[in-house]
Amino acid sequence: MSVRHEVRLWVAQRVTAMVLAVCVTVHLVTIIMAVRGGLTAAEILGRTRGSVAFAVFYGVFLLAAAIHVGVGLRNVASEWLGWRGLGAELAVTAFAVLLMVLGLRGVWAVYA
Amino acid sequence: MTGALRVRVWRGGEDGHFEAFDVPRHESQTVLDVVTYIQRTLDPTLAYRFACRVGMCGSCAMTVNGKPRWTCRTHVDRVAEGGEVEIAPLRNLPVVRDLVADMSEFFDKWARAKGQFAPTRTRADGFAVVKPDSRERREADAGIECIGCAVCYSACDVVTWNRDYLGPAALNRAWTLVNDSRDGAQAARLAAVSGDAGCHSCRTHMSCTEHCPKQISPTRSIAGLKRATLRLALSGKGDER
Amino acid sequence: MRASRNHPAYWAFLVHRVSGLALAVFLPLHFYAFGTVLEGEARLDAMLAWSEQPLVKMGEWGLIFLLAAHLTGGLRLLALEFLAWRDWQKTLAALAAGVSLVCALAFALAR
Repeated sequence: MSVRHEVRLWVAQRVTAMVLAVCVTVHLVTIIMAVRGGLTAAEILGRTRGSVAFAVFYGVFLLAAAIHVGVGLRNVASEWLGWRGLGAELAVTAFAVLLMVLGLRGVWAVYA
Repeated sequence: MTGALRVRVWRGGEDGHFEAFDVPRHESQTVLDVVTYIQRTLDPTLAYRFACRVGMCGSCAMTVNGKPRWTCRTHVDRVAEGGEVEIAPLRNLPVVRDLVADMSEFFDKWARAKGQFAPTRTRADGFAVVKPDSRERREADAGIECIGCAVCYSACDVVTWNRDYLGPAALNRAWTLVNDSRDGAQAARLAAVSGDAGCHSCRTHMSCTEHCPKQISPTRSIAGLKRATLRLALSGKGDER
Repeated sequence: MRASRNHPAYWAFLVHRVSGLALAVFLPLHFYAFGTVLEGEARLDAMLAWSEQPLVKMGEWGLIFLLAAHLTGGLRLLALEFLAWRDWQKTLAALAAGVSLVCALAFALAR
């Protein structure tokens, strides 16, 4: 792992943190308003079906989250499990990819 | 103040053990007084370091009831929990024997962080003009009183978790030099303090700031290094180490 | 807790890291739940009905708190790292905790 790569990961985590700060706030406010009076699939889908704005917002949210979680888990693995090197990097990348795949599946499911 | 103090002292090397002693209590007694009493009166084989004994040199730093402190500046009254004190060598450093830690890696990391001044002028040049109230000089002054006692290094969990991490003292020193307008090694220094071994591994625990006997905040300095290295990276002139 | 760790900035770190880990565990489940609608709207409705159970609601309340805690703790870190250092970081930590609690309460009340 070169120093340049390590610095890029740190920058990526900070940048995605700023993106997530916006996305999470929007998401939290939406949820808190939406769950008033119960929540049904029809209500959710009414908001998301065919909405490009929704799909783009959650697509960006997802990408930022996957990167942010990946770098975060890399730090925890290194510091609390002593797990470093190629194996650890591949494992956290795989988890981030899993998040992206599951997330995109979810976005597609409620958009289409 | 009379009575006895029960003192547990680390003996041996890494795989040593605590040994208990009973030490007479006095008013205004410091932990260094206690260690000295044990060595002079109870067990002459006890190894420990000290020098000035008045809170200036940092040589007497040890772990007292789990916290790294200067023992000459730690009053027994302030730390004795139920009449007991536990004294061990500084954490995160190899143990030489008893209360003596091997400081080599601490100073090696200082050097690896490029914590040395790199001059650019000769005696033929005029004096460098450094305004004492400039932003850079005030930043440097905030960290310059460090005497290399390793209390912060011992308090830092990232040092424990990441053996390559340069640590708060080395990074703090690097920051004071980053702010030194006379220094000529800025690019190399910023490269040296980057990455997993450098400032980017600081998790802002602030244990260093909490324990520094000189009230320095290495966390503040390391945050400065994060901004300085980011600026360098964004400008595309970063050095590959 | 080890004596050298017993101070506010360290607790803030622990909250931030533990909440991050918990969220990392929760997210795949959260995404999977929304993917179930691919099997039909009724499937998502069933999952939403399941989530009305008190224990599950408590869990959701906990997650909202973790998310708010991680967000506000993260904002505190961004402030400490990118804005010129200010020595009132303890105040920031307290503020972070306060905002998290408010978010969690808002969610609890909204239900």
